[in-house]
Parts: sequence; C-alpha cells; structure tokens
Amino acid sequence: MALEDRIVVDHVSYQYEDAADPALNSVSFQVRPGEFVAILGHNGSGKSTLAKLINALYLPTEGRVLVCGMDTADEDRLWDIRQQAGMIFQNPDNQLVATVVEEDVAFGLENMGVEHDEMVRRIHSALETVRMTEYASSSPHMLSGGQKQRVAIAGVLAMEPNCIIADESTAMLDPSGRREVLDTIRQLNRDKNITVLWITHYMEEAALADRVLVVSDGRLVMSGTPREVFRQVDRLRELHLDTPPMAALAHTLRQQGLPISDEILTVEEMAEEVARILCP
Amino acid sequence: MLNNITLGQYYPVDSPVHRLDPRVKILLAIAMIVCVFLVGNLLGYGLILVFVLFAARLAHVPFRVLMKGLKPLRFILILTFLLNLFFTVGEPLWSLGFIHITREGLRQSIHYSLRLIFLVVSTSLLTLTTSPIQLSDGMELLLSPLKIIHFPAHELAMMMSIALRFIPTLLEETDKIMKAQMARGADFESGNLLNRAKAMIPLLVPLFVSAFRRASDLAMAMEARCYHGGENRTRLRVLKLKKGDLYACLLMALLIIAVIVEARLVPGGLIL
Repeated sequence: MALEDRIVVDHVSYQYEDAADPALNSVSFQVRPGEFVAILGHNGSGKSTLAKLINALYLPTEGRVLVCGMDTADEDRLWDIRQQAGMIFQNPDNQLVATVVEEDVAFGLENMGVEHDEMVRRIHSALETVRMTEYASSSPHMLSGGQKQRVAIAGVLAMEPNCIIADESTAMLDPSGRREVLDTIRQLNRDKNITVLWITHYMEEAALADRVLVVSDGRLVMSGTPREVFRQVDRLRELHLDTPPMAALAHTLRQQGLPISDEILTVEEMAEEVARILCP
Repeated sequence: MLNNITLGQYYPVDSPVHRLDPRVKILLAIAMIVCVFLVGNLLGYGLILVFVLFAARLAHVPFRVLMKGLKPLRFILILTFLLNLFFTVGEPLWSLGFIHITREGLRQSIHYSLRLIFLVVSTSLLTLTTSPIQLSDGMELLLSPLKIIHFPAHELAMMMSIALRFIPTLLEETDKIMKAQMARGADFESGNLLNRAKAMIPLLVPLFVSAFRRASDLAMAMEARCYHGGENRTRLRVLKLKKGDLYACLLMALLIIAVIVEARLVPGGLIL
C-alpha cells in the first residue's frame, strides 16, 4: 500500500442494517494516480456500495478506505474527501439540483464557499471542458440524458477533484449519450490526469480501462488488465457476466481448434488475427 | 406541452421592473399593501390605480395579463360586494321588499371590493415581474436575519428551488405513467367524479414511489457535492442594489406620502 495511491480500499466490508449478508466482504485494492479503473459486476454485486464508500457517503463496517491519504472515517476531512473524489451517479435527472445549467455547476462550489469571481471562472472552464458552454443558461429538463450527465461531470470537475467515481453513469443513456459521456471522462483522464473509477456493467466500456476489477457477491473476484480479465471467458460466464463480443468469438474459435490469440478485444484485432492465420 | 412550461405567473420579458432587485420588489409589494389599507376614499384609489398602471407599463405587462390574476377571485369579489351592499345598516337609499340598500352599504361594498382588487393586482405585479427562483432568493435574503432565532431561511429557499427544478421532471413522468396505464386499458376521462378519482390511483402510486426514490437519490448527490446546509456558503447569483432600485423606492415613498396626505385633506370617506 503505497502512500501516493489515490484510492486505497483496505479489507473493507460493508453490511446494510437490514440485510442478512454483507454487501461487501473484505475487498482490497489500490488505485494509482491517473489510472482508469473499471469495476464490473452484475446487479447486486456490491459495486455501487463500493462507490459510495469511496465518497464517504457510507462508512465501512470493517476495514478502511483512504482517498488521497485521507481516511473516510475521519469526520474532519469529510468535505475534503468529497471534494477530492467527485461522484457521478446513474440517473441523470436525480443529481442536478438547480433550475439552470450554470447554477447547477456552481452548486458544489457554493457549498465549498468559493469566492464569486473564482466561481465564475471555474464554471466557465468546466462547461467548456465538457463542451456544454452554449447550454450554460438552459434549464436541465431541456437537455438530453448525455448532456445532463455532462453537466453533472462539469459540476464535479469545477470542484477540481483528483478522482472521479462514476457509478453506472451510462446505464440510463442511449448509445450516443453513452459515447458522449465516456469520451468526456476519458478525455479528463488523459488530459487532466484525473483518476477515474468507472463502475459499469458494459463490457465494451470496461475494455477501454487500464485495469478491470470484477466484483461478485460482495467479493473482488478478478483483477487485471482488460486482456487478462477478458481472456478468462469461462470464468466470466460462471459469474454471469458477458464477455466483449470479440473475446467471446476468439474463445469459441479457439475451442474449435483454431490457433487464435486469447488477447483479442476489438474487431480490428480480430480481423488482423484472422488474416494472420489465413494467409501466414 | 411539457417543453415550455412557465411556472407560476411569471411574464418573461425584459424591463426595468423585471431588473429590479427581488428583495426590493418584495418590500415594495408589502409597502403597496400597506398603502392600499391607508386609502380612505375614491381619489386615493385613483392615485394607486395611476401608480399600478404606470408600473405595469414600465414592466411591459399588458393590462389583460395584469387583470388575469383577478379571475380566480371573481366569486369572492362578487360575494364581498353583495354582502356588504345588502347587509350594512344605515341610511336607506333604495328598497324592494326585504332588500334594502343603504348609503353606507354602497360605500362599503365599493371600498372593500376595490381594496381586494388592488391587493391582488399589486401583488400580481410582483409575481409577474419576478421569476420564482428570484423570488425565493429574495425571500431567503430578506429572512436571513431571522436565522439567529433558528428560522430555516436557507433551507426553505433550497426546498423551493429544488421543487422548481423537479416540477418539469415530475410532469414528464406523470405523462409517461399516464400513457403506460392507458396502454393497459386505464380510463382517466369517463365516469363520475368518484370513478375518475379512483382511476387516478394507478397514476399517483407509481408517481409517489418514484418521487421518493428521486428525493433519496438527490439527497445523496447533494451530499456527494459537499452540501451541508447554509453555513459558509457562497452564492453564484449575487444580488446588488442598483440605481433603479433606489428610484423605485423613491416612487413608492412618494405614493405613500400622497395617499396619506390625500386621506387627511379630503375627509368624509368616499366621494359618492
């Protein structure tokens, strides 16, 4: 456990008050600065609980969570933690507070007590980053789902966080909205070196991450680069998870006896691999 | 239908009155109400009418729109007028059978009706020229001194603004649920009142369930963005008093003085 890790989850368990089984059971992992980590899991696997633990919305029943070196159990640092680890939720409608886009972006800043001029500057730059400047004075209910999520991202971005945790933020969007949101987050990860924890049940999204963690029944069951995780097609199926289509195809072809590499994730890679086998 | 809902009465144009500080406008509306109660005769109402018309003109609010606020009150107005007309004792003017109209009755019925009309019209001027969000801002700031006696000024304004934010969302949802229930054969339009009220149950139950879910989601999202009540909070929308606010206050002061002086100089109540 290195000190410079952005997020440290150390043997964390979490039990809801009225639940028989713990939602999370001794989960441990670390996230390095600038890393893009995807957390995969089916419904009820505990992945949303995990997100809320990192933002100190929940406190672990056992173990501890460190965000930028701050323990989430430390009440004095609560607001610092929430500023450092911004969170984007699933339902685009239920996380916008204000009646006007720019005021919504201001919400976090107002809560932090940022000065007015600084606030205006940060709102402007955040809206520009997510390419929503022209909607600054629109009302949220006039926007599409993808646009609403981008406003939510701007609201978090304006608080200048080190990490962004997205809890199934694309689950309620149409394909083009999903692309918009994912592209925006990847751009922040790349250009601003913001650490991203991307919680999803879409395999294609997880395939773009630096590292994939798979959660099932409250336990961390798999971990590694997308290629390392997705090559274990049988294991994923046991966990009732899909595999990216090309990884599944490669797996089937391999079972049929074709010498295809088990590191294939995209259509292009598959095409090259097939070409290599057919005309060596 | 859902894309362009204007909330409340707000009449969205740009005018010197719209640009006034909401705090000033709220205080002016209160002053106006006091003013209406100070009036003792028709000439006084004339002064107020001139002021209201001038303000409406300055606000680019058409007369028709201004009068729309009176529509829901028409029965109360008629009732006030008739009750005062028939049931005030005094010097008889005209009588038919058991109906007597007295001089005092006529005077009072006109007086009370005009008072009611001007109360509604002058407060309408406030709501027509101030958006709901500005109103809640103004209220919050005006009430904030009461925070020392633990009056939840910030919380009230926050609730108001969240309600405003979610009205379109919930309307949209109502529409969606209604269509879904209609697709399953629900009938919202026919039958008597009781049947129609019953038909609303499959609409209201899912709507309430989802409203509670939204509320819980939103509370979490607000907490995640460091919301911790009104303490040490800064604001994006800063209200600053401008010259126009000063002029508006001066005008109002002038009206109050004129009404008081007029009531002193022209004794004897209504000129009839």
